Amino acid sequence: MTTFLQDLNKIGVETGHFGQFGGRFVPEALISALDQLETEYLKAAADPKFNDEFQNLLKDYVGRPNPLTEAKNFSQYAGGARVFLKREDLNHTGSHKINNVLGQALLTVRMGKKRIIAETGAGQHGVATATAAALFGLECIIYMGEEDTVRQSLNVARMKLLGATVVPVTTGTKTLKDAINEAMRDWVTNVETTHYLLGTVAGPHPFPTIGRNFHSIIGVEARQQILEKIGKLPTAITACVGGGSNAIGLFHPFINDKEVQIHGYEAAGDGIETGRHAATLSGGSVGILHGTRSYVLQDENGQTLPSHSISAGLDYPGVGPEHAWLKDSGRAKYHPITDSEAMEAFSLLSRTEGIIPAIETAHAIAGTMKLGKELGKDATIVVNCSGRGDKDVETAAKWFNITI
Amino acid sequence: MGSIQEIFDKTKSENRAALIAYLPAGFPSFEGSIAIMKEMANSGVDIIEIGVPYSDPLMDGPTIQAAVDIALEHKTGIKEVMETVSEVSKTGVAVLTMSYWSPIEKWGISKYAKQLNQAGGIGVITPDLPPDESEAWISESDANNLDRIFVVAPSSTEERLKIVTDKVTGFVYAASIMGVTGTRSEVSNKAEELVKRVRKHTNLPIAVGLGVSTVEQAQEVAKFADGVIIGSAFVKKILESNDLPETLLIISQMCRDFARAVRR
Repeated sequence: MTTFLQDLNKIGVETGHFGQFGGRFVPEALISALDQLETEYLKAAADPKFNDEFQNLLKDYVGRPNPLTEAKNFSQYAGGARVFLKREDLNHTGSHKINNVLGQALLTVRMGKKRIIAETGAGQHGVATATAAALFGLECIIYMGEEDTVRQSLNVARMKLLGATVVPVTTGTKTLKDAINEAMRDWVTNVETTHYLLGTVAGPHPFPTIGRNFHSIIGVEARQQILEKIGKLPTAITACVGGGSNAIGLFHPFINDKEVQIHGYEAAGDGIETGRHAATLSGGSVGILHGTRSYVLQDENGQTLPSHSISAGLDYPGVGPEHAWLKDSGRAKYHPITDSEAMEAFSLLSRTEGIIPAIETAHAIAGTMKLGKELGKDATIVVNCSGRGDKDVETAAKWFNITI
Repeated sequence: MGSIQEIFDKTKSENRAALIAYLPAGFPSFEGSIAIMKEMANSGVDIIEIGVPYSDPLMDGPTIQAAVDIALEHKTGIKEVMETVSEVSKTGVAVLTMSYWSPIEKWGISKYAKQLNQAGGIGVITPDLPPDESEAWISESDANNLDRIFVVAPSSTEERLKIVTDKVTGFVYAASIMGVTGTRSEVSNKAEELVKRVRKHTNLPIAVGLGVSTVEQAQEVAKFADGVIIGSAFVKKILESNDLPETLLIISQMCRDFARAVRR
């Protein structure tokens, strides 16, 4: 008998590669820790007790399964297509991030490590990690770009309330990319006692596959829920893509359903043509960043270029290697969404459905509006409503000239 | 200029460890880095590692990050690195580059290897390229007569040491501690233990780096390792120094002191 985790599609699990993408480009000092993590994951995935523990946490602590909500009023802005929101925003801590965090926190305990470190951009992964650390009694250090600590100050306070130490990162671009560098430096120094709870499906093997598998619950539930609601698979599934964790969680269980279109929406910032964007798959090229080969925003000397987006969670010049592979194989399509398109969608979903999405999520909503107009009213689209917008109230108020 | 093997044969016959110095290209300026490295070559340094500046140096502490930021502000790319290699190798000193994998892969693995060979470089240290991912690099480094130096760490298992030493040529770079580059008050006892473990897998010379910054530390490491690698200590002095003539005097004196320290 196989377990939930073993039943998932096994792409990348054994070799750590997705075609030419993925792999491990890290100092030798970290290889044994990555090997240990991989071994522990494979043992845990085969262990029914671990699977039960993980699924019980998802049910009783996170509140899964979360609903699939039809956005009937919003449909008119998406060409009349039926739009269903997979409500990751209703999870405990307010986004999809908690799925992967709980899985990796359980692995941390299994490995006998007492300290976890993590990077965060929007703060959602940091909050989820601080939450799990509190639950499991682990010491927790969160690295966050100084610029992000300002635009996501509410989440900084939440992490501190949960007992985590938040370290503002002042090097480089002072955003997510540099927070990952600092977390890696901590990890290489303290690897014996510390687990690096990487929050996206990028980084060296096995992070892209274990993150994906812990998030696959999103797609597994969504697939079952849409079948129950409309009796067939959807025309398309959509999600926003920064590093790509919420997207791969939704996409992965649909990869073999060839009739289902897969669309990811990247942050185009001021527009790809301006150079001020974070649309790695649409505007980047193949290269190495943070231990993996994928699409990267970089120059001809292999230097990472600064990314830009109104959304801290999408403001990253790299992307998970499985997305790079899905793009090149043509199985998924990736499109850019500008700051203003995302903010228009943010406003529309809030006003028509009473659901304030995270600005990250608003990129997927904006993409779904475009896609719905292309596919027409007979189409059904499942969009990953990956997070809620409470954390973004300040940024949104500024954008819409609302005085706080 | 001889091969890496010849340099270590020579230092062994002289009953000393090889002195290996690291400096990023383009730091404190393009011309300044060349002048400093030439001074190093004339002051007892056996091998110079020219660092390729990279935007995300996750094996480096604050000192080298600061130097690399300055080099990148000066727009130091691979072209400038090759020019630096060419100038410095004219002195007859052995020149390696030390580069994160992103710049080499983006530039083109084959192009990089050919250009480095033409510029007079004899090897490359790749701190974030494990042998497992290095198939293309192995064939290109062989084709262009470049030694490929991989790094081992105190956390490396026996299995990993075997994998790395099977693919390495020239010498093995042993990281003395778990952590990033930077000066430290003492060398951890992990360095000697690691060198002993590596010797069971290879007859190649072993050089110790990461956190070796004082004459006393160099003396201590030279007792058990074939080479001593100094980086952050030089960079720190250059960051603190006021002008190039002063820098050259300071670096020259440091190199002479280190060169004496590595005699057994």
